[in-house]
Amino acid sequence: MDLNTRMQNVAVVGAAGKMGSGIALLLALELAYRALEDRQATFVLSLIDMNDAGLQGLLRYVRDQARKDGERQMNRLRALYKDRRDLVENAEMVDEFVAEVMLHVRTGKTLALAKDALLVFEAAFEKEEIKFQIYNELAVLCPPSAWFLTNTSSIPLHVLTDHCGIQGRMIGFHFYNPPAVQKLVELIPPEGCDPDLVAASEELALVLRKKTVPARDIAGFIGNGHFMRDGLHCIREMEHLAEDYGFVQAVYMVEKVSRDWLLRPMGMFQLIDYVGIDVFQLILRVMDKYLKEGLHSDLVDAFLEMGVKGGQTSSGAQKDGFLRYEKGRPVGIFDPAIRDYVPMDAAFTADLDGRLGPHPDPSLTWKGLSRDAGREEKLRAYFKALKGLDSLGAGMARNHVEDSREVALDLVRQGVAARAEDVNAVLTLGFFHLYGPVNDYLD
Amino acid sequence: MKTMHKPVYLAAGAYTMSLGTGRPEFNPRTPRPGLDHYIRQAGAATLAQVGDPEAIDESVIGNFMAARFNRQGHLGSLMTIVHPALEYKPSLRVEGACASGGLALASAVKSVLSGMADAVLVMGVEVQNTVKAIYCADFLAGAGWYDGERKDGHTYFFPGKFSDRAGAYSAKVGPEKARQAFAHWYRNAVESARLNPDAQEHFNRTADLVAQGLTPPNPKGFTDHLNLFDCSKVSDGAASIIVASEEGWRRLGLARQDVVELAGYGQMAANLTAPPPDLTEMTTCRRAAEQAMAMAGTGIADMGVAEVHDCFTVSGVLLTEALGMAGPGGGADAVLEGLTRRDGRWPTNTGGGLVGYGHPTGATGVRMAVDLWRQLTGRAAGYQVDVKKDHGILVSMGGNDKTVVSMILKR
Repeated sequence: MDLNTRMQNVAVVGAAGKMGSGIALLLALELAYRALEDRQATFVLSLIDMNDAGLQGLLRYVRDQARKDGERQMNRLRALYKDRRDLVENAEMVDEFVAEVMLHVRTGKTLALAKDALLVFEAAFEKEEIKFQIYNELAVLCPPSAWFLTNTSSIPLHVLTDHCGIQGRMIGFHFYNPPAVQKLVELIPPEGCDPDLVAASEELALVLRKKTVPARDIAGFIGNGHFMRDGLHCIREMEHLAEDYGFVQAVYMVEKVSRDWLLRPMGMFQLIDYVGIDVFQLILRVMDKYLKEGLHSDLVDAFLEMGVKGGQTSSGAQKDGFLRYEKGRPVGIFDPAIRDYVPMDAAFTADLDGRLGPHPDPSLTWKGLSRDAGREEKLRAYFKALKGLDSLGAGMARNHVEDSREVALDLVRQGVAARAEDVNAVLTLGFFHLYGPVNDYLD
Repeated sequence: MKTMHKPVYLAAGAYTMSLGTGRPEFNPRTPRPGLDHYIRQAGAATLAQVGDPEAIDESVIGNFMAARFNRQGHLGSLMTIVHPALEYKPSLRVEGACASGGLALASAVKSVLSGMADAVLVMGVEVQNTVKAIYCADFLAGAGWYDGERKDGHTYFFPGKFSDRAGAYSAKVGPEKARQAFAHWYRNAVESARLNPDAQEHFNRTADLVAQGLTPPNPKGFTDHLNLFDCSKVSDGAASIIVASEEGWRRLGLARQDVVELAGYGQMAANLTAPPPDLTEMTTCRRAAEQAMAMAGTGIADMGVAEVHDCFTVSGVLLTEALGMAGPGGGADAVLEGLTRRDGRWPTNTGGGLVGYGHPTGATGVRMAVDLWRQLTGRAAGYQVDVKKDHGILVSMGGNDKTVVSMILKR
C-alpha cells in the first residue's frame, strides 16, 4: 500500500492540543492539495480529542490557517483551479480552497472515528498511562495494516509497542513546536519497525517540507535528551547563584546569560515556561524512569505544587511561569518566598547586568544574526571575545556552552544520536539555535 | 488637430502623504483613515492657497475602485465635504483605472473650455490598504479585461502584465542592460523620495539601491521578470489642484506666478480587449504625448521636467521612449546615462514618482500635475530641481497602456 493510499484515511488523536492542532493543520492542507490533484480519490482526516471546546477551536484554527496558506500558495491555487471557469479572482479561489480543506475534516471525541484510518498520528498528553490506553484501543479498532506515528518526545517507543501489541507498526514522528512552522521531525524507528513504515515516514516528512533527523529509541531521544539536561544545568546554576544574590536575581541572571550571552531565541526559563513547567516535569519523570540518572528538580516540583505552570492558552498566549509575561515579553520573575512576581524594572535589571559584566558584543542578537549570511564568522569572533572576558556573565556563559556540548557528546556516546551533526541539526532546526552545541568556538 | 480656443491654467496644488508600507505611520494592524480624511486633507491644502473658495464653480474627483476597496460609491457627492462652497454646484466622479486622476484633470479642462466653469477643483483619491495585497491585486485587475484576461492572468495581475513587458524588453535590449536600467530607475525614484517628506519611500535608508534593484526576480514567489523593488507600492492618498481660466484664477485671488498654463494635452483610449500591439512600446502613451506636444507646438527638447507613470520600473523605462527621450530600445541607455535623473536633461518624477512617492491609483494623475506645477513655479521645496526649460510634460496611464492623458504645462 503506497503512501497516497494511506493518506486517504488519516486520523489525529489528541488533535486539539498544542502539537496535535499543528499536525492536524499540516495534514488537512496536504490532503486538500492531494484531493485537488486527484479528483477520483476520497480523503478523510479524522480529528479526535476529548474536549468539545478544543475541537471547535481546532476547526477555527484549521480554517483560519487554511486561508493564510491559500493566500501564500496563490500561484499554486491558480494553477490547480485553472479549469474551474467559475473561479476567476484570487479571493474566489482562496474561499474555495478553505472549503476544500474543511471538506475532508471530521471531528469527534471517540477513537472509533479512527477505525478505518491507515495512518494514525498521536499527539496525546505525554503520559504513559494515557498513551497505553489509546494504543490498546486503537490496536483493536484500526485495520491490521494501520500504522501509528507517535509524537511522543520522551517515552521509549518499544514500551508502547510491547504493551499494546503493535510491534513493527509504530514509529516516532516527533514534530517540534509549532509543527506548522518548525522544519524538523525527529524520526525514531524502534527495534523491529517495518522498513516500509520508515521509508514512508521519510517520504511523508519530505512532502510536509520537514527535515528528518534519526534518533534511537532511548527515552527523551535527541531533543529532550539535550533540553532536559540543559534545563537542569540552568536550574542548578540558578540555585547556586541564589545563595549569593537571591532567588529572583539568580533567575534573571541565568535567563539573561542563557538568552543574550548564548545568543539563543529565549532564555532557559522562558523556554521551560513555553513548553510548560508541568510538561517539563513529566518528561523528566519519564526519562528518569528509564535512564535512572537523577533527572529531577525539586524546584520544578515546588513550582507545580504552588500552581505555577507556564504553558500557553488556547489562543497561543504565554501563561505566567518562572516569568510573568505582558504581550509575550517577560516583565517579572516569580518569587516562591512571597508567591508573587517581582517586576523586572530598570533599576533591577541595571544592577544585575552590572554584576554580570559587559556583554562581549551588545550589537549581536539572536534575531539579527539569524538573518545574517556572515553569521559563522561573527559567531567565531564573538566566542573568541567571550573566551577572553573575566566576568561573572562570561564565566556562566562559557560554563553553559561547555555543559551543553558535553550533553550533546554524551547523546552520541550513548547512541541516541548517530552523529554530533544530528544533535546540532535538532538544536538548530528544532530549537532555532544559531549554532549546534558540538562546536569548537571555545577551543 | 483640435486646439484650445482659450488659455487654461493650473494652480494651488497639494497632496497628502502616501500611506502604506515603508511609512512609520503605517501599521496594518491598526485602523487607518478612510477616503473622507484624504479628500478633506488634500482639498483643504488646496483651498488654503486661494482667497475665495466661493469662486470655485465645479469639482471633479478621480477615483478608480472605491466601490471595492472602501465599499463607497457616489464620490461626486462626497467631494463636497471639502468646503461648503462646493455644495449645490456640479460635482462628478470620473474613472479610468490608474489614469482616473488624469481623466479628472481632462474633465476639468473641458469644463473650463466649454465656458461652463472658470475654476474647477480637481481631486484624485484612493485608499487601498483595506485588504491584503493578493486581494488588492484582484481589485486592480479590474483595469484589465475581466472576461478575457483575468482568469488566465497572474496572481498579481498587473505585475504579471508588466513582467511580460519586462521580459520582452529584456529580449530586445539584453537582460543585463534591462535589469540595470530597472535598478537605476528604482534608485532614482528612492533618491527623489528621500527629498519628499510625503513620499512612501521617504524613510528608505538602503545604502546600495542599485544592488537592491538588481535582485533577481523570483518566478515562484512573484513574477518572471520583475522583483518587488520594480513595483510601486500599495498606497493611500489624495491630491488636488485647481484648473481655471484666467478669469477664474484671478477671482480666486491668485497671481500669474502662482499658475502654470496648460499648453496642450492629449487624451485617448485604446481597445481594452486587444493585447498591446508591441510589448516593448507604450503605444497609447506615445500617441497621447505626441498629441499633447503637437497641440503645445513643442517637442521633447522643450521639456525641462517630466512626470511619467512608472507603476513599474519597466513602464518608466518604456515611457522615456514613448516621450521621445530615446528611440525604440534606447530607453535603458537613456536611464543608465542619467538623462532622467534629477540633474539630467529631463529630470523625471522629481518627487519620487509612483515607485518612490507611491501609487494611490485614483490620485496619481493629479499628484503628477501637482509635482509638475510645483517644479515649474519653484514650489517643490526640498525636492526642487533646476528646471532649465519652460515646459513640463506628464503622462497619466490607466491599465496596460489603455487610457492615457498627457499634458504639457508651461510656466
